[in-house]
Amino acid sequence: MNAPAPAKDAKKALVAIERLSVRFGTQTVLRDLSLSVPRGQTLAIIGESGCGKTVLLKSLIGLIQPTSGRVLFDGEPLGGMSDRQLTAARTRYGFVFQQAALFDSSTIEENVTFPVLEHRRAKPAEARRMAVDRLRQVGLPESVLTKKPAELSGGMRKRVGLARALMMDPDVLLYDEPTTGLDPIMSDVVNELILRTTELGGDDNPVTSIVVTHDMHSAVKVADRIVMLYPVARLKPDEPQIVYDGPANKIEKSSDPRVTQFVHGEARDRLEELQIA
Amino acid sequence: MASPNSATHSGLGLTNGVAWVGGAVIDATASFGAMSIFFVQTLSWLVRRWPSRPLLVASLYQIGVRSVPVICLTGGFIGMVLAVQSYYQFRTFGMESRLGVMINLSMYRELGPVLAATMLAGRVGSAIAAELGTMKVTEQIDALASMGASPIQHLVAPRFLACLTMIPLLTIAAVAMGVLGGAFYCIYVFGVDPYFYLQNAQQGTSSWDIVYGVIKSFFFGGAIAIISCYRGFHSSAGAEGVGRAATISFVQSFVTILVLDLFLSIGLDRLHDALWGQGAVV
Repeated sequence: MNAPAPAKDAKKALVAIERLSVRFGTQTVLRDLSLSVPRGQTLAIIGESGCGKTVLLKSLIGLIQPTSGRVLFDGEPLGGMSDRQLTAARTRYGFVFQQAALFDSSTIEENVTFPVLEHRRAKPAEARRMAVDRLRQVGLPESVLTKKPAELSGGMRKRVGLARALMMDPDVLLYDEPTTGLDPIMSDVVNELILRTTELGGDDNPVTSIVVTHDMHSAVKVADRIVMLYPVARLKPDEPQIVYDGPANKIEKSSDPRVTQFVHGEARDRLEELQIA
Repeated sequence: MASPNSATHSGLGLTNGVAWVGGAVIDATASFGAMSIFFVQTLSWLVRRWPSRPLLVASLYQIGVRSVPVICLTGGFIGMVLAVQSYYQFRTFGMESRLGVMINLSMYRELGPVLAATMLAGRVGSAIAAELGTMKVTEQIDALASMGASPIQHLVAPRFLACLTMIPLLTIAAVAMGVLGGAFYCIYVFGVDPYFYLQNAQQGTSSWDIVYGVIKSFFFGGAIAIISCYRGFHSSAGAEGVGRAATISFVQSFVTILVLDLFLSIGLDRLHDALWGQGAVV
């Protein structure tokens, strides 16, 4: 079987990958992936642990260099960009990390204002006002500004991470496991925030979101489209790594047993594979 | 007589040994190359954009001010130990009053810079490697890069500058405390005549001896900063990875200090001879 052809609309898409492969030593994590995400779409990338979701997300912003293939942002290959161009491209992204990745030696104010002080050379008072706005947007009071990340709960840290990602009014928001480790209510709060942030740019410049998650409820709720990755180690050499690419509301009806197994969270043959008595 | 099998086994053992040595050499060369690139990137960021004042002040405080007590204590005790170790040898020849020359020269040229740098490689270098390693495994370094900021500019450049400026100053403090510690022990404990002790110490040493040690400490400071930041940036995941980064940082810094010390000693002696002639006192 031939490898999937590069996405035809890759040049029109805001974010696209063409025949992307990532290997760490002898371990192949991503194999010949092609994908494009049009402006304004919310894409959920699902798949079991270790299938390469986070590696894919980090490759999109150049934090991980592909072994082969390329990543395009607004039609421009990330690999061909100068440092200055890459910096400019990254200011159009917002990245919400799995554990929030707040700078733990800094206060929440220093964390949230960092992007505008770094790139827009905003005055501290203006940066603070913007930080208060963004924190309110994610349901946090001004009083958290003086706290350190360690003083906040997991849900609050994630929302601070989202507020920081929103500071530069990004075109693309990347979420890495945004609901992992949160209680069901806080998970739904985060899902609602993801939905609301997609509307921030209005009709003229809608925010494009890519959400990596295990959480099927979250994926179906926030996404227009779902892509499911399968671990390369479980694939035959000629099988594509993307086992589902379609509307979020149709994934339940997929005929692929690998997709239904994941969607319904069934162990099936894994118990034998893992030799669990 | 050895059997053909044992010959084959010893051949295999030799092959494996050569392969192991070859692999280690390749790894060490690659690591040295990567560290050199890291160093050049740091210099390049210092030329392009100076670190912000708050970051620089925080690094100067952490690396410099907070190391003062331990470095003074270390320097003072080295001076006193030198006095204790040398006094009986010098007394045999009736040269107790020359102890100051030996203690001060040792402190200025070798023990001050090398032991202060070793102490700081442990206190400062390991702390930098552990802090940056933790930032790496908790994705804080990725977060910086994802916001279009340079992790080298924000995390390495201020620490590099702080080590470059503070380690020579701390070395001066360690040397001063060593000189005072040695003098205190010789004069007040061993009862060496203070006038001759101080006069001989002054006549037997020169300004060049002090500059000699400070120049060395400048290089030691740069090496400690680059090695510890590099190790932190390349820490592997988990508490074990961070711990290993801190340990490797100290070991590599220590070995580098000793290697640099040899080459700097040779180079600085030649520089002295070229500038002022052999045996000249500056």
